Amino acid sequence: MTNDAGSIFVGVDVGASHTKVAILDSEKKLIGHSVRKSGTDFTDSAENCLNSALEMANALEENIVRCVSTGYGRKNVPFSQGTKTEIGCHARGCYHYFPMAMTIVDIGGQDNKVIKLDAKGRRLSFKMNRKCAAGTGAFLEEMSLRLEIPLEDMDALAEGAENMVELGSYCTVFSATEVLGKIRQGKKVPDIVKGLFFSVIKRVLEMDSLTDRVVITGGVVAHNPYLVNMVEEITEREIMVPEYPQLTGAVGAALFAMEKGGHNG
Amino acid sequence: MSEEKKTTRRQIAAAKTLKKFMADYFYEMDDAAKTGSQKIAWCTSVGPAELLRGMGFLVYYPENHGAMLGATRMSTDLIPYANALGYSPDICSYLTCDVGSYLQKKTPLTMAYNIESVPRPDVLVFNTNQCRDVQDWFAWYSRELNVPLVGVHTHRDIGNIRNYQIKDIASQIEDLVPKLEEVTGKKFDLARFKEALGYSRRTSELWGACLEEAAAIPSPWTFFDATIHMAPAVVSRGTKEANDYYELLLPELQQRVKDDFAAVEGEKHRLYWEGMPIWGKLRSLSEQFYSLKTCVVASTYCNSWIFDQLDPDEPFESMAVAYTELFIVRDELYKEQYITDCYNKFKFDGILFHDAKTCPNNSNNRYGMPERLSEKLGIPVLTINGDLCDLRCYSEEQAKTNIEAFIEQLEEK
Ligand code: SF4
Repeated sequence: MTNDAGSIFVGVDVGASHTKVAILDSEKKLIGHSVRKSGTDFTDSAENCLNSALEMANALEENIVRCVSTGYGRKNVPFSQGTKTEIGCHARGCYHYFPMAMTIVDIGGQDNKVIKLDAKGRRLSFKMNRKCAAGTGAFLEEMSLRLEIPLEDMDALAEGAENMVELGSYCTVFSATEVLGKIRQGKKVPDIVKGLFFSVIKRVLEMDSLTDRVVITGGVVAHNPYLVNMVEEITEREIMVPEYPQLTGAVGAALFAMEKGGHNG
Repeated sequence: MSEEKKTTRRQIAAAKTLKKFMADYFYEMDDAAKTGSQKIAWCTSVGPAELLRGMGFLVYYPENHGAMLGATRMSTDLIPYANALGYSPDICSYLTCDVGSYLQKKTPLTMAYNIESVPRPDVLVFNTNQCRDVQDWFAWYSRELNVPLVGVHTHRDIGNIRNYQIKDIASQIEDLVPKLEEVTGKKFDLARFKEALGYSRRTSELWGACLEEAAAIPSPWTFFDATIHMAPAVVSRGTKEANDYYELLLPELQQRVKDDFAAVEGEKHRLYWEGMPIWGKLRSLSEQFYSLKTCVVASTYCNSWIFDQLDPDEPFESMAVAYTELFIVRDELYKEQYITDCYNKFKFDGILFHDAKTCPNNSNNRYGMPERLSEKLGIPVLTINGDLCDLRCYSEEQAKTNIEAFIEQLEEK
């Protein structure tokens, strides 16, 4: 393998469901990235994820100047030299793409965040959802199992819906029962899936108010772009989405690595 | 990695005395329960303790027992036994873990003091100033143990305290006297009551002064220390012994301030804790804040045992005022002003609200107060979800990440 990458900076975001690695060159350009299931061995998945991102960047481990880890498993990354919370890294990553005052809405596999930044990218406030699957990727995963619809088909189904079946419950288990009831009533599956998306959006929007500019990130919108259209319609705002919405935290961590940020451990 | 390190910190020297103090407190009561040498009243934490002391009772506080069950993490296993009796997992987890502890015949007193069970009450005395749960809690024991239940019903959500409210509460307290005389079999002794009030007033002054030492920068002690050292002010107010304890603690804290001693080495940030402690996680939270160079300098909780309106010359009225002017009894406006005054005194950089799942009465984040205070004071706020005793309602990982992110946010300023 040739190695023409020069100095690189690595961000590792070990989320509860997926691990993401982003590699930036010294110009802050994203030259390598990778996403894998976190599984049960965070260290192992972080290493595998790093290797494939290095491959994509055409770089070697010795090119790494510094690595910062973030996310639920941030303390399980032996090759990182510092940690930052996912809240900090999402903020940093989003501000890199959209340098303005904004509200960041991150819809992750197992949690959501709403973060507000001022025009200089400083955090004004943040909220994480409570310990519940409502409004997260886990909710959609559970529903895809119940409805026996592959997760990757949901976006197209929702987009093709003619109507929307609204769900009333907060709780994932209650919603599952409700969904089965709707099917028995003969409601159409696409309309139900759109209702599921709506439920995710409602859970997130009730966490905090939004400012003028809104950025949405996270795995759920990476795989379900139609959900963003729905948010635009509901909030009557143009919603900004970074190129790789699932990588925002990892990119933020890589930027901190470049700025020598993160708590040293 | 950046996992907080176990730290060796300079202990508060008075802690040794405190340990003995608490042991003596429980042994005295255990002995009285066994021998019948003195009557025992169970009292709510901000109930009419001075009257009980003045009438010769030893006073036991089930909430203190709840906190011990929480701190020893016995609570989470015991709560379901009360749930199964129809006491919802959504109500006070002091109540549910304490009832569970009774049902299972398990108490932290055994491990700590080799005492088999909590002392049997001769009377149960509540004040609803803090919540209705205490009344239901004591009512359960009243039925179970066939013991008389008496109490004071306080007005709620009070702005300016009005005369009619004080008159009402004062007469409710006075009405307790004949009922309590029936239990003691002795005549009420006004002089003794006044003496207890005087002691309690002094305890409050001393305890308040101890807490105010945390206004120093750096602070000589933390909220986590104070949750331990508040015990005599809670369980022994109205006695000389409680005053002796704070006469010992206060100069030690004052000396720390003189020496510029920082309870959190390299103190960089100062926070206010609003809401209940998370008893089973005090140590790990304290360690986390220490590693983040953050001192939690003040709290509504520890301030709640300052009754500086007590006045032996107006015994019933002043008790009514002292137990009605408490933070927990008051309206939102009062509470916001109270925290604002604390902000001016303790100069903290942020407020942490603990939303305790089973205690709405001490979860002041639920009606927009964090947002309003953040705007008013120009400081950030954080809410963490948890509970006083039910650790099933607490996600340690989420709470710690939130706290870490909050400190990152303070550092960006
Ligand atoms: S105030 Fe809260 S914690 Fe205290 S007894 Fe009442 S419900 Fe329980």
